[in-house]
Amino acid sequence: MSVAAVFLPLLGAFIAGFFGRWIGDRGAQLVTCLAMVGSAVAGVVLFVQVALNGQEFVTPLFSFIDAVQLQVDWALKFDTLSAVMVAMVTVVSTMIHIYSVGYMAEDPSIPRFMAYLSFFTFFMLALVTSDNFVQLFFGWEGVGLLSYLLIGFWYDRPTANAAAIKAFVVNRIGDFGFALGIFAVFSLFGTLHFDEVFRAAPNQVRATLNFLGWQVPALTVTCILLFVGAMGKSAQIGLHTWLPDAMEGPTPVSALIHAATMVTAGVFMVARLSPLFEYSPTALAVVVVIGGTTALFAATVGVTQTDIKRVIAYSTCSQLGYMFFAAGVSAYSAAIFHLATHAFFKALLFLGAGSVIHAMSGEQDMRKMGGLWRLIWMTYILMWIGNLALAGIGIPGVFGFAGFYSKDVILEAAWASGTSVGLYAFVLGTFAAFLTAFYSWRLLFLTFHGEPRADHDTMHHVHESPPVMILPLVVLAIGAVIAGFLGFDFFVGEGREHFWRESILVLPDHASLEGAHHVPAWVSNLPLLLALAGIAVAYLAYISRPGIPAAAAQRFRPIYLFLLNKWYFDELYDFIFVRGAMLIGFGLWKGGDGAVIDGLGPDGLAATTQRASVGTSRLQTGYVYHYAFAMLIGVVLLVSWYLAFQVPGAVRP
Amino acid sequence: MLEIGLSHYLTLASILFTLGIFGIFLNRKNVIVILMSIELMLLAVNINFVAFSAFLGDLVGQVFAMFVLTVAAAEAAIGLAILVVYFRNRGTIEVEDINLMKG
Repeated sequence: MSVAAVFLPLLGAFIAGFFGRWIGDRGAQLVTCLAMVGSAVAGVVLFVQVALNGQEFVTPLFSFIDAVQLQVDWALKFDTLSAVMVAMVTVVSTMIHIYSVGYMAEDPSIPRFMAYLSFFTFFMLALVTSDNFVQLFFGWEGVGLLSYLLIGFWYDRPTANAAAIKAFVVNRIGDFGFALGIFAVFSLFGTLHFDEVFRAAPNQVRATLNFLGWQVPALTVTCILLFVGAMGKSAQIGLHTWLPDAMEGPTPVSALIHAATMVTAGVFMVARLSPLFEYSPTALAVVVVIGGTTALFAATVGVTQTDIKRVIAYSTCSQLGYMFFAAGVSAYSAAIFHLATHAFFKALLFLGAGSVIHAMSGEQDMRKMGGLWRLIWMTYILMWIGNLALAGIGIPGVFGFAGFYSKDVILEAAWASGTSVGLYAFVLGTFAAFLTAFYSWRLLFLTFHGEPRADHDTMHHVHESPPVMILPLVVLAIGAVIAGFLGFDFFVGEGREHFWRESILVLPDHASLEGAHHVPAWVSNLPLLLALAGIAVAYLAYISRPGIPAAAAQRFRPIYLFLLNKWYFDELYDFIFVRGAMLIGFGLWKGGDGAVIDGLGPDGLAATTQRASVGTSRLQTGYVYHYAFAMLIGVVLLVSWYLAFQVPGAVRP
Repeated sequence: MLEIGLSHYLTLASILFTLGIFGIFLNRKNVIVILMSIELMLLAVNINFVAFSAFLGDLVGQVFAMFVLTVAAAEAAIGLAILVVYFRNRGTIEVEDINLMKG
C-alpha cells in the first residue's frame, strides 16, 4: 500500500514521459490521472490507518549507500506527520492532474506536462516519507528540479526561462545551507537516520562546533543551516524572490508546486526535525523572526500587485511565514494544520485564478478585468470560498472556513508562547491578517465587480470553464470549507496527543499550543475582526469609492512605489550579487576560457597547425622546373656526400 | 699539335650537361625548350659513355649509348604527344602557366 502510494505517480510519469508519443495526449492524461487516483486512494487509506488508527510503520526498500560509517537506506516512513502530508499531496495533486486535462487542452506537449506533474508528485512523496536525511535531500532536489522544468515549461518564452533559472539558482543557495546542515548532523551524530539522530539529540545540547575558529553551539548552527534550506524552498524573506517569478509557469503548476506542496516542504522539514530544533532556542527564535517578517512583508507587497497570479503568490509567501513562526514557537502541529488547510484553499484560489485567466483568453492583469461575476458565476463562488478560507472568516464557536481555525491557532500560539519574538510574530501576523483580507477582496472586486475594463472582443469570449476544470475546484472548495472544522480537534485540539504521538516532539516548557487554548478573548477574536475590517476597507476602496486607491497611491507615493517594487529586493540583489557575478562570469568567459584555455588549447593548436600547413603548401609552386631543381640539388648533395665519405680512400675535407 | 683526349670529351660533355640544366631552369618560355634541354643532357651522357668506351676499349659503353638513344627517341615522342594534348586542353604551353600542382 505504501509502495503503491509513492510509486504509482512515478509509473504514470514513466509511461507518459517515455511513451507519450505512442499513447497520445488522451492516453497520457488517462494514465497519469489514473495513477494519481490510485495513489490518492492509497494515501487516504494510509492516512486513516496511520494517523487515525495509530499503526505507524517503516517500509524498508533497499540499501542506498553502504560505506563504513555512512549507512543510508531507501525507506518509506509512515508516521502521522508523513501520513498527513502524503494524503494532502496525493489528493491535491490528483485534483490538479484532472484540472490540467482541461486547462492544458490546447497545449502542444501535453504528455510532457502530465509526466512532469506526476514525476514531481513522486519526488514530493519521496521527500515526505523519507526516514533519513539523504532521502529527504533526494526528494528535496527532485522537487527543485521539477519546479525548474515546470516553470520553464513554455520554453519558447524568454521570461519563463529566466524565471526558471532564477528559481533554480535561488534554491541552490538554500540547498547549500541544507547540505552543510546535513554534513553538520553527520559530524555530530555519526548517522543520518532520523530516529537515531533524534534519540541522540538531547545529549548534544552542550556540544560545540568549530566554525571559522569560533566555538559555536553545534545544534544551533546545524538547525540554522538546515533552516536556510527551508527558507530557500519555502520562499522566506531574503530567498523569496524566485516565487513570484515562478508564476511564469502554467497555472496548475503554480497551484500544485508553488502553493500547495513543494513550497511547504520547508515547513514540513522543520516539523520533521522538531526533535532537533526543540533543543536550540536560538534557532527557534530565528525561525520565528524570519517567519513573522515574511508574513508581513509578503502581505504588504501583495496589496499593490496587479497580476492576479502574483497577488496569490505573495499571499502564499505570507502564509508560509505564518507556518514558520508557528513552528518557531513550537506549535509544529499548528504549522502542519495550516499547511494542510492552506494546500486546499490556496490550490483552490490558484485554480480559480487559472479559470479566470482561461475565461479571459490569457489575460492576467486585474486592471483589465472586472465585471466577470455574472459570466463565470461558478468560478466566482469558488473564489469567494477560497478567499473566505484564506482570510479566516468564521463565527466563533459555531463554524468557520479552514483558515479560521488554522490561522487563529497560530496567532494564539504566538501570543501564548510568552517570548518577545513570539510577541513580535503575533503583532506582525495580526496586521498581516488584516492585509490578507484586504488584498484578497481587492483581487475579488477588481476581477469580478465593477465595469468591465477588457476590450469588447475579450469580453465576448468570456466563458465558464469546462466541467473537468470545475470539478476539481469543487472538491478543493469542499476541503477549504470543512478541513479546518474537521481537523481542528485532531491537529491542534484535545485529540492532538493521540493524533501526533511520537512524530512531533515538543518540550514541556514550550507548551505554546496548550497556552493557545487559554488566551484572552480579544487575542482570539482580533484576527477575525481585523480580517472583517480588511474586507470592509477593500469594499470601500474598490466598490463604493473607486477613487480612493489612486488618491492613496498619489498621496503616499514613496510607500506605494516601495511596495510596488517589492521592497526593492530584486534591485538590491541585482546590484549586490547579480552584477558582480555577471562581471566575474564575463571575465572568466572572455579571459579565462576564451583567451587562455581556447587560445592555448584547441584554438591555438589549430591555428599553429594551419600556419604550418599554409607554409608547407607554399613550397608546392606547381612549376616543373622548381621540382627539377630540387631533384638536382638533392642529387648533387647525395653525390657529394657519397664521394666525400663513402668512397674508400677519398680525401676527406 | 693538340691531342684530342679523354678529358676534352668529358669537358665537352659536362659543358653540354650544364647547358641542359640551365636550359631547364632558366627557361621561362615554353615546354619544348625543356624537352630539348633534356635531350641535350642525354646526349652529354652519351658522349661520356662513348668516350669512356673508347678510352677503356670496352664496347659495353657504346651499346649502352645505343640504348639511351632509343629511350631518348621514345621519350621525345611521348613528351611531344603529351605536349600536344596539353596544348589542346589548356591552349598554352608556357612554363609559367603550367602550375596545376600548386599547393
